[in-house]
Amino acid sequence: MKRREKITTVDRYSTGDRINHWITAGSLILLALSGFALFHPALFFLTALFGGGQWTRILHPYIGIVLVISFLGLFLRFVWYNFPNVDDVRYLGKLRDVIAGNEERLPEVGRYNALQKIVFWSMATFITLLVVSGLGLWDTYFASYLGIETKRLAAVLHAVGAVGMVLTIMLHVYAGIWVRGTVRAMTLGTVTGGWAWRHHRKWLRREVDAGKRVHAPARAETFGDRAPAE
Amino acid sequence: MATYQSLDIKRRSASTEVPPQARQHTEVAKLIDVSKCIGCKACQVACLEWNDLVEEVGVNVGVYDNPHDLTENTWTLMRYAEHVNGEGNLEWLIRKDGCMHCEDPGCLKACPSPGAIVQYTNGIVDFVQENCIGCGYCIKGCPFNIPRISQVDHKAYKCTLCSDRVTVGQAPACAKACPTQAIYFGSKEDMVEHAQGRIADLKERGFQNAGLYDPPGVGGTHVMYVLHHADQPELYHGLPNNPKIDEAVTFWKGLFKPLSLGAIALTAVVAFVHYISNGPNETSEEDQENAERLRGRGKA
Repeated sequence: MKRREKITTVDRYSTGDRINHWITAGSLILLALSGFALFHPALFFLTALFGGGQWTRILHPYIGIVLVISFLGLFLRFVWYNFPNVDDVRYLGKLRDVIAGNEERLPEVGRYNALQKIVFWSMATFITLLVVSGLGLWDTYFASYLGIETKRLAAVLHAVGAVGMVLTIMLHVYAGIWVRGTVRAMTLGTVTGGWAWRHHRKWLRREVDAGKRVHAPARAETFGDRAPAE
Repeated sequence: MATYQSLDIKRRSASTEVPPQARQHTEVAKLIDVSKCIGCKACQVACLEWNDLVEEVGVNVGVYDNPHDLTENTWTLMRYAEHVNGEGNLEWLIRKDGCMHCEDPGCLKACPSPGAIVQYTNGIVDFVQENCIGCGYCIKGCPFNIPRISQVDHKAYKCTLCSDRVTVGQAPACAKACPTQAIYFGSKEDMVEHAQGRIADLKERGFQNAGLYDPPGVGGTHVMYVLHHADQPELYHGLPNNPKIDEAVTFWKGLFKPLSLGAIALTAVVAFVHYISNGPNETSEEDQENAERLRGRGKA
């Protein structure tokens, strides 16, 4: 059922996009928890969440496979919108205003701003690094294919990639908390017109021109309200 | 915590707690005199026998090494190398391979599971299979390529230096079985001293470079070799010259851990400070009105 809202809304993510996103997010959280458990002795207690150390070691790579397939889906869905352009250079030139939230001083932004694109490509890079190095550490299946030197390198790269990924996710999550009205894009699939105007005006203009994905406010009667006295 | 006082633990993998230190124990060592070894494999058999291990029947590929490599069952292995010396004579260099029981064990440093690898105060490095999760990090940490993961239970195994025998005052099974007494066992101090006598003897007999293999790169080892060619340990089926824990492992298990947890904590703090100093980035009513107007125009 379509949500009826009193203000203009814009479709941002389809139901497929959202399911795909949350499978990715869920697997990343499980991977971070099981990975941290084996990364630092102080965090070994996290193995209890997975049924002990052995189970953590067994499950981690399979969750990794879920992530790879799921992230590949996200990558194919959004890569088109994440190629850098001239606007991104101008946007990054005003990083100080970005951080301060002075969006009126920033150039108009398309579907994604430069930092969002950096997050996108960082995730793609780190996940690729993690998968390749992770296969090298998956002794159950691949123990005999690599030498010890290569596996040592894989272990270091896996740790570096994991920390890079965690930092990127922190940035991604914080942006969603700081910029109000963002999370509903991934829960309801829509954002408010005001949000789109403030943060992604160029995208809003295109969507208005296209016409299909911008929804007018539902009429007051449909909410059971009395019509306002004129 | 060990069942026997003689097995007090000095170091424990993935643990930061202080081990018991009041009791002082003598460091032990096994000394393998390669020059006295005849390659009979009695040590290999004794090892299987004492530790209740059964090795699979293998295939002969034309060398004496049997099995072809260390396995989760074969914790010690005779490795045969043929060396033609400067005078054109053949030397058959036979080395009993197995865990060296490093004073600074790379396996223990790499292990992520608390208490899966321990080092006793007597210097023996032991794997505690109950705590092993089968990740294979010990293999990456070891400079001698010793630990093996069982394909049955996915746990790591290697020579225990017969810690169960040592704790009740017995020599390791291999030392007990050796018919030429090429394997000695005792305090590390005594073993070093005994080696000096053997080395002097070998030098007298023309082996100018005879010496003791007790590599300082891993803090010395609790299994040492007397070699006729101590200047070229590689001759002995690739015994590493100056082994040490690989830099990649040192970085991964050393500096990188506090560095990365620090970076993560710092990011969280910066984000928090940013939020409380800037407040949330909210959409204003004006933004919403602008959007409504834009939509209206678009439709018209």
